[in-house]
This record gives sequence, C-alpha cells and structure tokens, in this order.
Amino acid sequence: MSSTHSLRRSFALADVNSMYASCEEVFRPDIRGKPVVVLSNNDGCVIAQNKLAKETLDIYMARPWFEIEEQARKLGTIVFSSNYELYANMSNRFATVLSRFSPRMEKYSIDETFLEMTGINTDYSQYGQEIKDTVRQSTGLPICVGFGFSKTLAKLANHCAKKQDKWNGVCDLTTISEQELDSIMQQLPVSKVWGVGRKLEARLNQLGVHDVLRLKRADCKRIRNEFGVVLERTIKELNGEVWLEMEDVLPEAKQVMSSRSFGTRASTLQDLEEAIAYHAAMAGERMREKGLFANGVYVFIMNSPHDKAEYYSNSHSIGLPSPTNSTIKITKAAQWILKRIYKPGVYYQKAGVMLLDTIPAGGLQTDLFGYSKPDTKAEALMSAIDRINKKYARGAIKLASEGVEKPWRMRRSFKSPNYTGDWDELPRVL
Amino acid sequence: MATSFLQLYIPSQNPRLLLRPVYSGKVSAGQSRFPSAAQDYVMKELDLNERYVTDPPATFMMPVTGDSMIDIGIYPGSMLIVNKAMASKAKSSDIIVAIIEDEFVVKRLYKRGNTIRLLSENKAKAYAAIEFSEWQELEIWGVVQHVINTLP
Repeated sequence: MSSTHSLRRSFALADVNSMYASCEEVFRPDIRGKPVVVLSNNDGCVIAQNKLAKETLDIYMARPWFEIEEQARKLGTIVFSSNYELYANMSNRFATVLSRFSPRMEKYSIDETFLEMTGINTDYSQYGQEIKDTVRQSTGLPICVGFGFSKTLAKLANHCAKKQDKWNGVCDLTTISEQELDSIMQQLPVSKVWGVGRKLEARLNQLGVHDVLRLKRADCKRIRNEFGVVLERTIKELNGEVWLEMEDVLPEAKQVMSSRSFGTRASTLQDLEEAIAYHAAMAGERMREKGLFANGVYVFIMNSPHDKAEYYSNSHSIGLPSPTNSTIKITKAAQWILKRIYKPGVYYQKAGVMLLDTIPAGGLQTDLFGYSKPDTKAEALMSAIDRINKKYARGAIKLASEGVEKPWRMRRSFKSPNYTGDWDELPRVL
Repeated sequence: MATSFLQLYIPSQNPRLLLRPVYSGKVSAGQSRFPSAAQDYVMKELDLNERYVTDPPATFMMPVTGDSMIDIGIYPGSMLIVNKAMASKAKSSDIIVAIIEDEFVVKRLYKRGNTIRLLSENKAKAYAAIEFSEWQELEIWGVVQHVINTLP
C-alpha cells in the first residue's frame, strides 16, 4: 500500500493475551468465561491470570495464593499450577505460525515475538489481522499485534492493541499522523514504555515526566547524564529511530541451567546431593541434546530470604580439566562443590546446577599434555542412557546418587495434563 | 493482498529441516569411467510427519474414548490426527472434532442449506443426530485428517 514506509525500518510485536490461561483454555472448553489463575512453582503465588480474574479478584503479580484462595474459590475461579511443558509447546507453535509472516523474527519471551517488517509493503492493519486470525485458527491462542518504526514503538503499539478496544487487537503506529501519535502517547503513563520499570518511573515522575509524550520530547543529553545511555536510546526509539536491533541470531546458549525450588525444605547433605545429582543429570542431558560441552560447573544453594532464620546463600564454580557433557563428570564436579558450600542446619529452599562456557563439539581442544581427553568414551554410555530414558520414562536409568525418592520435587497440585507432550495425557475425544 | 517483498533477501532464522540424500559413490579424478550403478539408488528415509503432519503448529493428537464412529474405523482407542487450522473451513461430510456441552466429540459434519447436523457412524447403536439451528451454534475445534489404529 503506502510507499511511505517502503524502505524505512519497521517492526511488529505479536503477544499472546494471558498466555498461560489461554493455553489452558484451548484444551478446556468448560473454563471459558470463568476467571482463571495460574500459580508459580510450588503453588506459592499467582503468576498469571486471565482478564476476568484480574477484574474480579484483587490480584497483583506474585500475590501469595493463600491470601486470595478463599475469595477466588467463592467466585468460581479455576486454578492451575504452572504447566511449563504445555506453555513451551504452545509457544513454539505460536512462533512457527508467525515465521510465515516475516523472513526475520526474534522470539523475545514465551509469549512475545518481534517480526521485522522492513520491506514488507502492505497495509499493516490488515496484515496484523491476518496474523492474529492465523495464530488463533492454528493454535487457539488469542494475540495482539503492534506495529511501529522501532521495537520500542512496536511494543507500545502492542500495549494499545491490548488495552484499547478500538484497535480490535491490531495497532499500527506507522501510518498515523504525528499529531495522532503524540495524542496517544500523551494518554499513556511512562511506565508503559519498554524498559521503564517502577523505580525509573518514580524518578522520571519527580522530574515531571509522567506521560510517554513528555519522555519522547525529553532532552536526550540531560537524560543520558542522569539516567545513562539505555534510557537515551529508548527516547530515540520513541522518536522512530532504530537503536535496538533484531537479535535474531540466537547466541548459542552459553550457559545451561537446571534449578528448582524444593517442595519441602531440604536440610541434610544427602537431600542436597540427590537434588544436585538430578540437576547435573538434567543439565548434562540438555548439553548432549544440543551437542555442547561444558568448561565449568557452577552450583548454588540457598534458603529463602523470607525465612525467619538467617539468610544463607552460597555458590561456587570450578573449571573442568577438559570440556565434557558426561553426567558422571558433571555430577562429580557438582558434588565436590556442594560439599564445600553446604552448611548444616539450614533449611534450603532452592538448589541448582549451571554449566558454564559451553562450546559445540566442533570447538573441542585437547589439553596440551593429553592428561584428559575430551569425553568420547563416556559419550557412548551417556547416549545409551539418554536413549533408554527417552524410550521409557525420564529417569528409567540414572546415576545412583540421584536417589530414588525425591521429596524436594516441585509441588504442582493443580497442574493440567501435558496435552501436547505426553502420550498418556492427550486430550480425549468422545 | 498487496504483499510485496523488496529484492532484499534475509536468510530465514528457522529454516525447515530439509533432509537430502548424500552421494556416497566414489568420484575418480582423471580417468573417465562409467558411473556406478549404485549412484541412481539413493536412500531416502520416510518420515511419517512429512506425510501425516502437514501443518505442525496446528496439528494435535487426540485419542478417542467413545464408540459412535466405529462404522468408519474410528474406535475407542483410535488416535486422531486433528488439524485445528481447518476448523473454520470445515465442509459437509468432513470428520470433525466439535465441542458439545464442553466436551470434545468426533462426528461427521452434515451441512445442506440451513440444515446443520452432527452425525454418528454406528448403525448398531443408532445414535441420534445432533441438530443445530444456526451455524454459529456449532463449535468446531478441528478437522480430523487421519486416524491411527493399533491392531491387537
């Protein structure tokens, strides 16, 4: 259509409405039209809710569940523990559908994806509706799409699309006049700008910057001096200059992490050893899936800062003599660290293993004296273990140090079935 | 619609996996020879997904529990391969997954003029057809593309 944005850089942000609740609704027709909340790991607090729950319940992010449980149940609220397997699967479907609409995209989070629109000369409002309808029809997920001349503007447009009914889920800020854009910005508080958090908002308010338009027109130099280059860049982006690039070349995950809160507190060294062995095995498996080798191992353990007992958090990392992805070697290193950071008498709330400085198999070097060859022998054993675990259930074969009972596993009492990832939990049809 | 890309090619960041046979015969330099007969015989692995899951982000697997469709080979225990994207384009006589009283059911869609019905395929039990007075009333979740039956 318009030749005005022929070569000018432009971006779209597609965002799933109430992602977690929407994923649940795809497979549960009976909960549509009801308030839905999703709880964090261990069912501690509310981490997501649909629009209806937001309207009927006094919810804010991370509100402890027990505080509103009674009220929620009275109102017929449907409660879920987080089902990350399902959300990740639906998120991949969402991104796959989007990839048909632009040659270049950046998956920004589980429910947000940027699309580069430069050179796609079409009516964005119409294109956005098509994107929205296709995602809805293919996956069942409701989304909003925002278009702008920078990623920051696309994000702002998405916010308008989501909060203001008149856009019908798609807001294109690239074709409206400067005056219209300014009047939209004047209505929005600065906190709606990408990257402006609560603290920054308070400081900006003190300077008399309350709405987005004021921020857009702020003096860049002064902002840079007082707030740094990041906010200066945001202002330039609000003015339609591109300062944030598409980060489409996914940096090869440099770190692989496995960690989890304990369902019930762990205190003995043995409990922690089992947890650490489990995380080492998970991280090792992920490494082998990706064909990566780790150069270092990092372990952390902590109790909760909210505990009455003194806060204790400790971590340590070591480099490995040669890169490995063997669960045996990773576990050994992790247990060695654990013994050095473990303090008796603490009720630990969380533990985890992170593998550092990972490199692909191609980048392997042996050490100069050949003390330690990279682990090709262990590799055969590990891939046999992975195959068996894939064929049977996870954990069919494991190192004995992982233990048999895992009292510290996550508590997820209200978890929905793994509708898309487990043969035994697929949605049933009459 | 008037979508036109500039002559500006950016490689896709998520290319679809494209499996290609690898030529494994010997190439000899210099002397000309007859090509090996094995050259024409390249191996190709069959991937069930390639044929039966044509639209991966819209495809869901759903096992059947009821017996209303046994005359056409959909039994309790059958696995349905359901395409959700096709729901809005469902045609008369398609086998569909619909939402009836908040439950997923598999039925045959019948659509003629103003008559909209969901039909069962089980002569022995003769389940009644479900009538709809309006198209809007019927909620189609997906269209069944394939059925997998495991033989005992």
